Amino acid sequence: MKVEAILRINGVAVPVEIEPHWSLLRAVRDAVGLTGAKEGCDDSECGACMMLLDGEPVNSCSYLALQAQDREITTVEGLAAPGELSDLQSSFLEHGAVQCGFCTPGMLISATALLRRTQDPSEEEVRIALAGNLCRCTGYGAIVDAVLATAAGRAADSVP
Amino acid sequence: MSASLATASTVEQALAQLAAGARPVAGGTDLVVGARQGKAPLPERLVAIHRLAELSEIRESSTEVALGALVSHRRCSESGTVRDRLTALADACAIVGSIATRTTGTLGGNLMNASPAMETGGPLLCFGASVTLRSAAGSRSLGIDELLAGPGRTTAASDELLEAVSVPLPPAGTGSCYARLEYRRQMEIAIAGATAVVTLANGEVTDARIAMTALSPAIGRAGEAEAALIGSGGEPDAIRRAAQALAAAASPISDVRASASYRRAMAVVIGRRAIEAALARARGEWVPVPASTALHGGVR
Repeated sequence: MKVEAILRINGVAVPVEIEPHWSLLRAVRDAVGLTGAKEGCDDSECGACMMLLDGEPVNSCSYLALQAQDREITTVEGLAAPGELSDLQSSFLEHGAVQCGFCTPGMLISATALLRRTQDPSEEEVRIALAGNLCRCTGYGAIVDAVLATAAGRAADSVP
Repeated sequence: MSASLATASTVEQALAQLAAGARPVAGGTDLVVGARQGKAPLPERLVAIHRLAELSEIRESSTEVALGALVSHRRCSESGTVRDRLTALADACAIVGSIATRTTGTLGGNLMNASPAMETGGPLLCFGASVTLRSAAGSRSLGIDELLAGPGRTTAASDELLEAVSVPLPPAGTGSCYARLEYRRQMEIAIAGATAVVTLANGEVTDARIAMTALSPAIGRAGEAEAALIGSGGEPDAIRRAAQALAAAASPISDVRASASYRRAMAVVIGRRAIEAALARARGEWVPVPASTALHGGVR
């Protein structure tokens, strides 16, 4: 039997009716209609479903939607204002870090969380942060470059 | 019966739900994934315990660290006291799954799911940790060895909730390490793992605790391996005999990740790496946390 809940997604409180056993991914895609986060493996292996929960990355395919109530959920749609791109998203385009695109929303979410934690990550730190995100096009080199370039760009911008 | 999920605001509420047949869910990284993989369907009746602040604390005293059941792998591995004094536990927590898994998954969940390949069991067993199990009827304390009963099985009753894990701080001169054999560096499950906790006094090993992971139906200590080290100076020959004794005590299975004979052969290698790194740390030498990554490319 469906239950009523309120999910706070990208700064907006959205009332939903969901089954108690639904994953956060299913609630966000099917009940809210935000389809940026993808269902890849549905098994916490591939990271295509990655969202931020209170700013930290979570595999939304394996997290129960009702446990996300009263917490701040961020999906790829919330990384920039509508019609705009974050510096990280622009960097992905500049570096050719998007091939088929299926992993991209998850990559962007994991990298966004990393760059909030660490202003100047090493390549090793970037690779560890993205270890839970699989790219079946195997375009990891460009993805890592795009994240490192974003960090470098922010560092340059912050010089007075 | 239709599915339900209640969110507990107090431990008492959670215990009442458990007594009525609900199963607890914290991070869901084992429970929900297990249901998706078809290992076990998601229990119809769930009680979410993730908001119980009293189970999320790390309490430190001069003699022990008490880790709440909801402490995530990430918080555990980032704790200064855990890294300094219970280093093997930091090694273990730092290599569970991915950052998302480590942020969401909890120490309590790792223990109560009782996988023979769980990372935290070996270190907690070797440090002599105990758990507090609580039901509506009262609380009891159990050693890790008394808790883990076999693959996916514990001795906890279904109405008992794991509240906290108490880990006594080892004496000065102690070094520890958890190392695992892995095919890749992240998002891995131990193929074979070993924990070593050694105490040195005047260059002599006065205490040694060695446990195996993914090498037996439940995490267990290897007494013969410990005996091979105690009284030695940690020389290569003593380390070799201890690692061989660890492998001899193993009862590995063959599965999709490795054959039993390969696991047994690798137990010698992983056991040696864990013991060497624990001895190095006991001598005050620096070995990075987590040790596994460095050991695969570094210590031979």
